[in-house]
Amino acid sequence: MAEKHIGKQTVALKNPPTIKATASIVGPKEGRGELKQCFDLIIPDELWGESSWEKAESKLVREAFAKLLQNAKLSNDKIDFILAGDLLNQCIAASYGLRETNVPFLGLYGACSTMAESMSIGSMLIDGGFADNVVCLTSSHFCSAERQFRFPLELGSQRTPTAQWTVTGSGAVALASQGTGPYIRNITVGKINDLGITDINNMGAAMAPAAADTILTHFADTGLVPEYYDLIVTGDLGKIGKKLCLDILRMNGLNIEANYNDCGVMIFNLNEQDTHAGGSGCGCSAAVFAGHIYKEMMKGNLKRVLFIATGALMSPVSLQQKESIPGIAHAVSIHRSLD
Amino acid sequence: MSYLSAFLVGGIICAIGQILIDKTKLTSARILVVYVVSGVILAAFGVYQKIIDIGGAGATIPLTGFGFNLAKGIFNEVDRIGILGIFTGGFKAASAGLSAAVFFGYIMAALGKPKAKK
Repeated sequence: MAEKHIGKQTVALKNPPTIKATASIVGPKEGRGELKQCFDLIIPDELWGESSWEKAESKLVREAFAKLLQNAKLSNDKIDFILAGDLLNQCIAASYGLRETNVPFLGLYGACSTMAESMSIGSMLIDGGFADNVVCLTSSHFCSAERQFRFPLELGSQRTPTAQWTVTGSGAVALASQGTGPYIRNITVGKINDLGITDINNMGAAMAPAAADTILTHFADTGLVPEYYDLIVTGDLGKIGKKLCLDILRMNGLNIEANYNDCGVMIFNLNEQDTHAGGSGCGCSAAVFAGHIYKEMMKGNLKRVLFIATGALMSPVSLQQKESIPGIAHAVSIHRSLD
Repeated sequence: MSYLSAFLVGGIICAIGQILIDKTKLTSARILVVYVVSGVILAAFGVYQKIIDIGGAGATIPLTGFGFNLAKGIFNEVDRIGILGIFTGGFKAASAGLSAAVFFGYIMAALGKPKAKK
């Protein structure tokens, strides 16, 4: 029996890694949103001097990595692994953005759950004694994601009311074996959940069951109660998925409404910014965690946070073949101190 | 008066498209196809000509008007050269519109630069 495995899907880390530093870069629209004060950099326009959206997204990755090393006061040669991924085919934002780093690289694809996935694996690498410093990083870009998953912007097509707005941004987290916190203590790895949603414009609904399942499993495995956390925050369910997630949890006898929020709801001003159901994308939860949540923890405003990044695991091809959208969610339990 | 009826007929056709986007899971591309095909069917049954009589350009400019144009071209060409007109008539009637779409599409793509919506 693995000694660090508790319950069905949860890992309890014996040597909890510290989040040494974070970095976040977002696009101009995110830079006018509710959290505009907290990001390291707001880019002036979506192309950011590049010739394509994809190159601009790689630049987000490259610059977020550089900013992270600066914030963590680390150099490339001190990093044992980079765990990174994004939404583009073959994860090119990460691989092109990081190709000059000269650091061992493991590419991940968990759709918008990638930030929690990379932090989970990174924490286990450190706890297992395989690394001292790990960088976890994801990105997304509104314009490249529209081309990848919906329609190219050039078509100028209308957005539906349930559609979410892919966040242009990148968030990066430096995990270290030594440090003074915040610490990653528990990780609940999610299962694939598919309740048969086929609407690409309603991904919050596709991901909400996965989020609810992971939250329920986390509390069952750890024996904790929702009040234990100052904030339970999902990645990018948006306002429709957020409500659905609360409904599913309530049906299962768990009420987390008092301290629950969603990064996709937090990042934009939903009334004024016409983002319809809210933000989405790898960069959404990554930038909100790196920019806002981490800083609130460092200020002492949040002591314990359950961060659940949520992903929709479809591809454009699977959608054209009328497959439904499988959802996934991974939970990372972060504590300001080890008390 | 003809301005008003063109505005109303065109407006109603576009409002139906907006309702389809908001209330169904149809993507915008599918709605475009539905519009063209509806135009063909309505034209074949002689209904669309009546809508054009009322709405004028309000009915010919939307994509249903393109469907009407295809169907009408086929009818005309079948009358002129027989059964082969089924295959040639539609394109003949729509050739100016299609060529113009390619031409101006290219010009705009060369001149314009896509941007994210605000």
